[in-house]
Amino acid sequence: MTEILTGTGLHRTYRLPRRGPFEPGPLRTAVDGVDLSVRAGARLGVVGESGSGKSTLVRLLAGLEAPSAGTVSAGGRPVQASASARAMRWYRRETGVVFQDPYASLDPRMRVGRIVAEPLRALRVEGDHDALVASVLERVDLPADAAERYPHEFSGGQRQRIAIARAVVHGPRILFGDEPMSALDVVVRARVIDLFRSLTDDLGLTLVLVSHDIGVVQRLCDTVAVLSAGRVVEHGPVSLLDAPAHPVTRALVDAAPTLP
Amino acid sequence: MHVLRRIVARPTGVFAAVVLGLLVVLAAVSLVWTPQDPFRADPFHQWEPPSPAHWFGTDASGRDIASYLLAGTRTTVVVAVGSGVIASLVGIVLTAVGSLTARWVREGTAVLLDILVAFPTLLTAMLLTAVAGGSLGVVVVSVGLSFGVTIARVARGEIRRIARSDYVTAARASGVGGAGVLFRHLVPNAAPLFTVQLSLAMATAVLAEAGLSYLGYGAGSDTASWGTMLADLQKYIGVHPWSATWPGAAIALVVAALSLLGDAVRDATDPRLTTSDRAVADRGAPPAGPSATVPGGSPAPETTPGVTA
Amino acid sequence: MTVPTTPPPRPTAPLSDAGLEVRGLTVRTAGRTLLDDVSLTVPPGRRVGVIGASGSGKSVTALALMGLAPAGAEVRGSVRLDGTELVGLPERERARHRGAGIGMVFQEPGTALDPLRRVGAQIVEPLRLHRGLDRAAARAAARDLADAVGLPDPASLLRQYPHQLSGGQRQRICIAMAMAGEPRYLVADEPTTALDVTTEARILELFERLSDERGTGMLFVTHDLAVLARIADTAVVLDGGRVVESGAVRQLLDAPRHPATAALVDAARATARRTP
Repeated sequence: MTEILTGTGLHRTYRLPRRGPFEPGPLRTAVDGVDLSVRAGARLGVVGESGSGKSTLVRLLAGLEAPSAGTVSAGGRPVQASASARAMRWYRRETGVVFQDPYASLDPRMRVGRIVAEPLRALRVEGDHDALVASVLERVDLPADAAERYPHEFSGGQRQRIAIARAVVHGPRILFGDEPMSALDVVVRARVIDLFRSLTDDLGLTLVLVSHDIGVVQRLCDTVAVLSAGRVVEHGPVSLLDAPAHPVTRALVDAAPTLP
Repeated sequence: MHVLRRIVARPTGVFAAVVLGLLVVLAAVSLVWTPQDPFRADPFHQWEPPSPAHWFGTDASGRDIASYLLAGTRTTVVVAVGSGVIASLVGIVLTAVGSLTARWVREGTAVLLDILVAFPTLLTAMLLTAVAGGSLGVVVVSVGLSFGVTIARVARGEIRRIARSDYVTAARASGVGGAGVLFRHLVPNAAPLFTVQLSLAMATAVLAEAGLSYLGYGAGSDTASWGTMLADLQKYIGVHPWSATWPGAAIALVVAALSLLGDAVRDATDPRLTTSDRAVADRGAPPAGPSATVPGGSPAPETTPGVTA
Repeated sequence: MTVPTTPPPRPTAPLSDAGLEVRGLTVRTAGRTLLDDVSLTVPPGRRVGVIGASGSGKSVTALALMGLAPAGAEVRGSVRLDGTELVGLPERERARHRGAGIGMVFQEPGTALDPLRRVGAQIVEPLRLHRGLDRAAARAAARDLADAVGLPDPASLLRQYPHQLSGGQRQRICIAMAMAGEPRYLVADEPTTALDVTTEARILELFERLSDERGTGMLFVTHDLAVLARIADTAVVLDGGRVVESGAVRQLLDAPRHPATAALVDAARATARRTP
């Protein structure tokens, strides 16, 4: 069982604006000492309330922010988020990220084809970029001429699928999702869940998914980590959600809507 | 070019294109021909009404108003274009320094911009005139500097906003480096704001030149300037009210056209306005009918705003 | 802002006309039909849901009911508030019924509040407008309302600005504002969609409590059947601007008749939490 991704002693603190001219701003701790490792091929769900630090933790793991303390390493190599784009290229090649808001994660002035091809271009991937883009757009059920259009011509669910296409076009091994389903309505959400599942199965991806929605995590993940106030309070197979031990987990599970 | 076509698709764009096109053509024409010599004073023909010889009549010194206005188009073009160029350069440099450098440089620039913006254009012109003497060049430089600072202040805020957006983070996550983010995302998304600000700057430059010439800080009496003419003729407004309307109307038209041009260019280059909002159907699905949403919006959003974090 | 010295007369109606009745509501704009012959009833004190996918017209229903249809839209049909016809009323009359007859809670608590005013002042405004209270009485009433909607330490919390509160707290303020006029009915347009799941659960409980304690009827718009099942007993399903099915929520879930309903049920089952 190889560990593909490891976070050790991760801390992330922010300095808030100062309240007076002579006192430094207060510190806010988003991630407060987290050790986490992800096996290759695993599907990890990171759950917690708002403000629990789950988004920040995943951004640290994805190399989008540098930790205030602690290290992230992938396949044994350290991930230094503050390094240059060129130094991080190896990690960007291995990872793809899908963000929460499909209306904000696509550049409104770029055509969809260019948006999806951006990782191929930046990472100098060999091969016919146009063909790769066309095939990934087909894989996410978007029409053939989608590449010529602009994001605003698509619905929210379709835009999220464009974002997913961009995240996998360069053949990464790890897919990160920062609440990718939260902004979608229930019908679209069901479809995107299916898409995530089939993609991760077909491409053999390792999945790290942040969600506040227990139902999504139950369907897409095999392991779960529960965060509260920047710390992992429970960690294990996803079946633990059926019999939560920690009160925070229990509160999350109870709050999740079920159908009678 | 489809951009030009889209500009003239709207009435404001047509107005701007016609007025500014006419301005440029007349300026070119005035280089080789004017009905009369614009500077020839003829004391025996003061305040003549419009006639075949003097299309708009003559002024207090007997000069032909039409010829003077025509000669003045050159000055207007020089002021608008010159200030525009200087304002762009100053604006771009200050924006870059204010957004792309180390933190202390950025913050220092922000404070500097706030201070510089407080400097009235007139004061800058007066200072430069004291140093370099009054001339059109002084007007162009002082106006260009002032508006460059204003543009930079506005553009800097916009660049910072764009830099925080999800699509820029996504670009970094895709491996795009600093220069790539700058030229592929920051610049194209800041361009509309920059365009509008620049056109406003050029419009205000024409007004400022008129005002400065009126106050005696601008072009000398050997350069035909609408502002100088306005200054001369307004003294007589109680006696000959109509004479001052010619340069006044000319200035107003050009200023309006320049302001509207910025809007027209921005609208013509915004993909959200230039492509249809028709919902794109998924592969294998029949084309979606008109979506049941509030008109003017994009296809029915299947999303709900994000969870508050 | 003018403050009436006496509260506006509350419309009275015979008991048999009680209820929020919508009949044949049709909204058209620029050649498109947003709503087509929509009818539903909210009996006093009961909670009714309006459910549909995006673009089905559910939000338009809520807005049109309040007289807040998109500018330039043509609204036909009947909306009777305890016997008083609202469609076709001039805006001034309509405004009197908003807040006092029907309160509205919107989807985005972040944008529904004025960022430059303290939240207490934002509750005081409808209190003075609809109940004609003087400033001191209104402030006291605002504190009572804040307490009623479950906000901790109302005296100091009401002095905060919206950005200093969490999403859940902001939505509670919006609910307090909507209840300030003591409306007989509350229209909520996806009020919990922008909130995380634990906050959503608490806000739904709040709606239940308010409606039971004060006898306020509720019209609850959502796209999520699981949310609907917790808050409403009966619901109306919209698809393409039309009512395609209606009835008890249990029945819609167990035996959907229309394909749109079935799609919603399937989607909800595919995303709701699995129980062991």
